[in-house]
Amino acid sequence: MEKQAKIAIQHFHFYYGSFMALKDLSLSIQSNQIFAILGPARGGKTTLLKSMNRLADLIFGTSHTGQIFIDRLEIYDPRVPLPELRRRVGMVFDLPTALPLSIFENVAYGPRFKGLREKTRLEEIVEKSLQAAVLWDEVKDRLHSSALRLSGGQQQRLCIARMLALEPEIIMLDEPCSGLDPISTASIEKSLVSLKEKYTILLVPHNIQQASRVADRVGFFLGGEMIEEGSADQIFTRPQNKKTEDYISGRFG
Amino acid sequence: MTKERILEKSFLLIAFSSISILALIAFFIFQQGIPLMWKVGLESFLLGDRWFPSKESFGIFPMIVGSFWVTLGSLIVGVPLGVACAVFLCELTGPAIAMVLRPMIQLLAAIPSVIYGFWGLIVLVPLIRDSLGGPGLSILAGSLVLGIMILPTIISISEDSLRALPRIYKEGALSLGATHWQTIWRVLLPAARSGIVASVILGMGRAIGETMAMIMILGNAAQMPHSILSSARTLTTNIGIEMGYASGDHRQALFATGVVLFFIIMGLNSLALFISRKGRA
Amino acid sequence: MGISRHHTQALAKGVIWVAAFSTLAVMFWILYQVLREGLPLLHLEFFLQAPRQMGRAGGIFSTIIGTISLTIVAIVIATPLGVGTAIFLREYTRESRVSRVIRFGTDCLAGVPSIIFGLFGFVFFVIFLGLGWSILSGGLTVATMILPTIICTAEEAIKAVPYTYREVSFALGGTRWQTIRKMVLPNALPGILTGVLLGVGRSVGETAAVILTAGSSFITPDSLFSPIRTMAVHFYILAREGISMEMAYATGAALILLILAINTVANWLMYRYVHKG
Repeated sequence: MEKQAKIAIQHFHFYYGSFMALKDLSLSIQSNQIFAILGPARGGKTTLLKSMNRLADLIFGTSHTGQIFIDRLEIYDPRVPLPELRRRVGMVFDLPTALPLSIFENVAYGPRFKGLREKTRLEEIVEKSLQAAVLWDEVKDRLHSSALRLSGGQQQRLCIARMLALEPEIIMLDEPCSGLDPISTASIEKSLVSLKEKYTILLVPHNIQQASRVADRVGFFLGGEMIEEGSADQIFTRPQNKKTEDYISGRFG
Repeated sequence: MTKERILEKSFLLIAFSSISILALIAFFIFQQGIPLMWKVGLESFLLGDRWFPSKESFGIFPMIVGSFWVTLGSLIVGVPLGVACAVFLCELTGPAIAMVLRPMIQLLAAIPSVIYGFWGLIVLVPLIRDSLGGPGLSILAGSLVLGIMILPTIISISEDSLRALPRIYKEGALSLGATHWQTIWRVLLPAARSGIVASVILGMGRAIGETMAMIMILGNAAQMPHSILSSARTLTTNIGIEMGYASGDHRQALFATGVVLFFIIMGLNSLALFISRKGRA
Repeated sequence: MGISRHHTQALAKGVIWVAAFSTLAVMFWILYQVLREGLPLLHLEFFLQAPRQMGRAGGIFSTIIGTISLTIVAIVIATPLGVGTAIFLREYTRESRVSRVIRFGTDCLAGVPSIIFGLFGFVFFVIFLGLGWSILSGGLTVATMILPTIICTAEEAIKAVPYTYREVSFALGGTRWQTIRKMVLPNALPGILTGVLLGVGRSVGETAAVILTAGSSFITPDSLFSPIRTMAVHFYILAREGISMEMAYATGAALILLILAINTVANWLMYRYVHKG
């Protein structure tokens, strides 16, 4: 019995002005798994993520054709309220982007927008999110100090906590470990694996090795097109497309 | 969602305040001044050299000439000295000294013009009177004080232009064997030309628009000046002096003077914008 | 071969040194002159007494009140309009015909001479709107004069807020206004305040437009509709009418000190919050 896909992308094209960044993309992603979006630079990976939460709409001159469904809701329907969509589809960027606020206020930032004011509720959410991002123990004694003083790895985990505080359904991470040391990278990868029990995860991995470590399924993107898609096992050991094979074996990158 | 739309529209409305004010200013000044210019006749208003409001004689040519000479004089004083100071700050002193001097020059820009006028009145005017003759209240005094007043503008913008030049200009010239001065004179200053010209035009705009200091030291004789030691009036001082007691046609004539001033300034502004845009190309 | 390039350089640099030194010296001499004569005359009573005998005696209390009240009116009007314009230009639109028109209007307004503002203020606020010579007319007129400055500095301050802050705020479900209110404005505040202080400085020193719109009464005002004299206007009248050189020096010194204080605070703000990188 085919389980209904969490995310269903159908014939989706995305344009920056007249430049086509995503070409006829059709893809289904099941819930509770880590889907890795693999490929060399300029392949459309970040564009795909930013189309999913419509953050790309902020850039003037963008347009699209095709549809993206999340649980049967077409996200480009004009009646969809954007703030709500962006709470359902959380995003972590490739550079640690702590806001110039305290650690507590960073995590509470999103929930406050939702209208949450009650202090105890906020404290609960902040603690829960920081725990899920494996950061709580390190910062629980200095929640009200500036978040800008955290290390890169800690800031990135803070960004994850910040996003989790909104209780999204889908989590998107765009090269979350770029610029981080191996230990921070390992701890983030560990939390991703535990997070997939509750969330659907789209990951743009930093490199092929990271994808092979954590991904359940992989999509290979080149020049805005998805060349191949399958289980991680299959892509890494028996790629069916020559270009996929060349990329995996390092012939270009 | 509606709240967001309302806010967006409100900000749009607020954003039009500056252009609305400009339109209002133009409208009211023209409404008061143009009828008189029509009544007296454009040519006799602009070129007539008799300003006797009590006898209904409204020729502002002496004021135009006065404005011209005072502004020219201020540029003769202010531009060489201003550019020299800019070169000094940028090339001839260390960054520490420049960092101290720059806020001080900004401070001088913030000093009200009446202070400069006061100094001109009690120091410069007697000095000119005693050493060069004439009433002291003169175009010379006005040019000197006005030149000093526009210095901060010229200095800061010229200095910014020099600083903004890519370092390769200076390094390239020096590595080809040019002396420091040759680099400044032949490479840097010409390269910063558009910025310097912009600062000059800005300074000119301020000079033409200056009123209070000029009232204090120009002498305010409403006749054609015949030397730099003569007293004179500018378009601005003409308005400033008589607006307090003018009425009827006289008052409208002052507004008409304002119309002329308005056009001159708008022309200058457009020129400045045009040049700065060309310079960027 | 004539004068060597090194001699030319020495000569040219020497000329520049002399020019720069004498220029800066003269500019500071002007301030020094007024302060030297005026500072000794600044006692507490000077600030607390109203002018007497047409200004020949007494103090400048009413002019201080006049200056403060006029400046407050000007800032209260100009700041929301200026910051609002800056918000619109940077957050709600991109470079387009609309924004070009707005910028053109702002640039032109910045170039209008103060006497023209005075004429406008007189015919529009004093006569047309019937506000008479008053703090209100003067304040509104000065507001139109400082609007371009506030727009310009507010825009720079808002532009300086990193784009990533906004992007993150949107990604966390913020609306545009929520993002402006919680992320952009708080971070742009020091820069905006600097612009407001510049406007305050301009308002304190403005004379031409104020004389034509706020009158020149030296009686302490009792409402926004009262005519007043600001310190700068008082100084001008004292000097021009030759009423009292002593009083003029003292008023001038007070004026310079006030401007100095405002500028120092503005510079400190810039240094501490805006340029700290």
